[in-house]
Amino acid sequence: MAGHSNYVPQSAAAKWLESRLPVISLIRGSFVDFPTPKNLNYWWTFGGILFFVLIAQILTGVVLVMHYTPNTAMAFDSVEHIMRDVNYGWMLRYLHANGASMFFIAVYIHIFRGLYYGSYKAPREISWILGVIIFLIMMGTAFMGYVLPWGQMSFWGATVITNLFSAIPLVGEAIRTWLWGGFAVDNPTLNRFFSLHYLLPFMIFGVVLLHVWAFHTTGNNNPTGVQPKSKQDTLPFHPYYTVKDLFAIIVFMIFFVWFAFYVPNYMGHPDNYIEANPLVTPAHIVPEWYFLPFYAILRAIPDKLGGVVAMFGAIAVLFVLPWLDRSKVRSGSYRPLFKQFFWVFALVCVALGYLGAMPAEGIYVTLSRICTAYYFAHFLIILPLLGLFEKPLPLPASISEAVLKGGSAHPAGAVSAPETK
Amino acid sequence: MSTMIKMVRVLSAVATLAVAAPALAAGSGPHVERQSWSFAGPFGTYDKAQLQRGFKIYKEVCSSCHSLRLVKFRNLGEEGGLGYSEEQVKAIAAEYTVEDGPNDDGDMFERPAVAADAFPSPFPNEKAARASNGGAYPPDFSLLAKARAAHRGFPWFVFDAFTQYQELGPDYIYGLLTGYEEAPEGVEVPDGQYYNPHFMNGHFIGMAPPLSDELVEYEDGTAMTTEQYAKDVSAFMMWAAEPHLEARKKIGFRVMVFLVFFAGLLYFTKKKLWKNVAH
Amino acid sequence: MAHTDTAEPTRREFLYIATGAAGVVGAGALAWPFIDQMNPDASALALASIEVDVSAVEEGQSITVQWRGKPVFIRYRTAEEIEAANSVPLSDLPDQAARNSNLPDGTEATDANRSAEGKEPWLVMVGICTHLGCVPLGEQGDFGGWFCPCHGSHYDTAGRIRKGPAPENLLIPPYAFVSDTTIKIG
Repeated sequence: MAGHSNYVPQSAAAKWLESRLPVISLIRGSFVDFPTPKNLNYWWTFGGILFFVLIAQILTGVVLVMHYTPNTAMAFDSVEHIMRDVNYGWMLRYLHANGASMFFIAVYIHIFRGLYYGSYKAPREISWILGVIIFLIMMGTAFMGYVLPWGQMSFWGATVITNLFSAIPLVGEAIRTWLWGGFAVDNPTLNRFFSLHYLLPFMIFGVVLLHVWAFHTTGNNNPTGVQPKSKQDTLPFHPYYTVKDLFAIIVFMIFFVWFAFYVPNYMGHPDNYIEANPLVTPAHIVPEWYFLPFYAILRAIPDKLGGVVAMFGAIAVLFVLPWLDRSKVRSGSYRPLFKQFFWVFALVCVALGYLGAMPAEGIYVTLSRICTAYYFAHFLIILPLLGLFEKPLPLPASISEAVLKGGSAHPAGAVSAPETK
Repeated sequence: MSTMIKMVRVLSAVATLAVAAPALAAGSGPHVERQSWSFAGPFGTYDKAQLQRGFKIYKEVCSSCHSLRLVKFRNLGEEGGLGYSEEQVKAIAAEYTVEDGPNDDGDMFERPAVAADAFPSPFPNEKAARASNGGAYPPDFSLLAKARAAHRGFPWFVFDAFTQYQELGPDYIYGLLTGYEEAPEGVEVPDGQYYNPHFMNGHFIGMAPPLSDELVEYEDGTAMTTEQYAKDVSAFMMWAAEPHLEARKKIGFRVMVFLVFFAGLLYFTKKKLWKNVAH
Repeated sequence: MAHTDTAEPTRREFLYIATGAAGVVGAGALAWPFIDQMNPDASALALASIEVDVSAVEEGQSITVQWRGKPVFIRYRTAEEIEAANSVPLSDLPDQAARNSNLPDGTEATDANRSAEGKEPWLVMVGICTHLGCVPLGEQGDFGGWFCPCHGSHYDTAGRIRKGPAPENLLIPPYAFVSDTTIKIG
């Protein structure tokens, strides 16, 4: 992460520290002086927004744990204790619960930004793969967090998802029992989910640092996909992008707060306000909205093992994406055909989300299958072929040239020399 | 700027669709008539007189079968609640008997409730409740107004995020309480059940119509009709499920105002900073 | 920060300062719920007062009851104990304040001010050593009152600190006799 710092320690104390632990120059090199392409648009602020949401989730989470009891007999009531008795408990819990949804909204936008601008392509494959790993850990964390309030959806969601593992041949049943620590979702399950729900966010934090380290080594991608050629093409991260990101974070917070304070139960399921009952299954079991596309893929395959394989395959395919897309051009802005397929793909993903919430019957099953097939075809057939047959638009020679010309996505603004430091 | 406008457009389209999708799940529930509530909207507050009337209904009608185990007597006097004074709360609590103990002889004993106690439940456990109610389990009232928020189908749920329509629960409860009717011809109502097309799980409900005109005496001149009773008790149940609703909306508004103001400052700061950069 | 534009420095600086100040105010306001959540919650604050039946306690006996998670000593003292407590001049006491929640601050630590109003044999105290929070043992120590084994604090028969590291007399909680044999604590 270091290597871009202009930092020269001035005081004796700073020199003393620098020669022993160069933490100041590390931070300066990564988040102050770091040369960042000057043409990043607002889609790029979602990295910062995600970092903010991660920290917010960890903070509210640590505080909620001070009042929560991970025991099947007390979990539900302890959450209500937070909602009713703890000072500002209702606020902290609503922020945490809605924060999970905000996290996924931001991460989906972040992923689709990467898909559109080809941020997964060489030399940023590792950054992309680490991102997919973060996404996976996030899904695990969110799933286990949803179990903790021990409502009906908590319990039955946990039951359905853990049962997925029983599809694995030979060892499936054993794995499921091992996950449960018993013969059904019960107190041991709740306890281990609680432990892991607390642990995983810190693992996310660690992988985030690697993720940042990786793209700070290669340099940020940018809307043109053209690597910065000179100092003219970049700006120091601070103050330009710190302020821009902060602005974006605050705007995102307005959206966040709207949900947390005005419609706090909008994203949740009413059944989770009923305490878990292992003897009664709710009429409709739906996962949280952010899992719906994958849930639709799971249900599209009429075979238990096949469904599970397809669902995990939908994420696994992202790991090899850097090698599936054969096009030499990174940014979708210069790929007329890819651009159209990208939007079709985005639409298919939203459709899958919609279908995941629908009952698995009739037309919905057929549509789910078509969308699932398209999802995989996009990665496995369309992207490789596009690389061979698509004729990309001419690329700008540099970021500065693209900015000065004012490409289609970037209107010619006030043109002047970049500020010299 | 154009990227931002475009972005807002794309985001609002995709995000609302994606975010709201679960609401589609159970669009097949009963038709829920929308009522007007004092606690709806960004500045909503509870109508204290209505909550007190609703509490009276609960006490005199519902509480013989339905528990309210998460609500404490002290809650009745807390801010954003029914507006009772400390003395009134003590007097209300003293009308109830709760089990305490063990005493020095190791025996459980009964004593009058105090403000810190929770509402005692009419049945010691679920099995006892079922045994006394022909197999049906009268659900606890503490969270029912949030647990019975029947989802609305497409496209209404999309608008609900923006219009802040969050009163599905009390609307449903009101609909249920006023929804009993004669079974249509050809429909046979099972023994011990009643016909109510507003019930979530089929049209037959184990609860006899609990309310009727003039059933409970109102002293403040409010109409003593089934509809008014249903409305008041639904409002009371909403309060029981969300006792900090008023504080939430009040603080939420302040947070909003601050964030919009701060975002404005940051926007101009950012603009100034980037003034001389072509990007 | 770049300073190429000096045309309107004051306006620019004002904007930056205002933004920074708003940020600080926002962060401060945001911090409060995170801090306040650790304060006693509504259920803890509402913890009921307790009523104790002392009809079975005979002269020279003590009972310990729990109030707000803490032990409370209730002792029916003997005449000798009361006399021993009364015979100590105030000037001999390391802590001369009564430490009685039922009396105004600054009341002197006489035996009458430490014991129950009008019922001098009765002593009701929070059984927590004022040094570091251990529970003292009854009828022990150099003064026949209480002795804290943790760090050797000696209390007399009126629960006043006489020797050892504890700085204050044992605290007397708010209480009252609601009848001849019932004490309401809290």
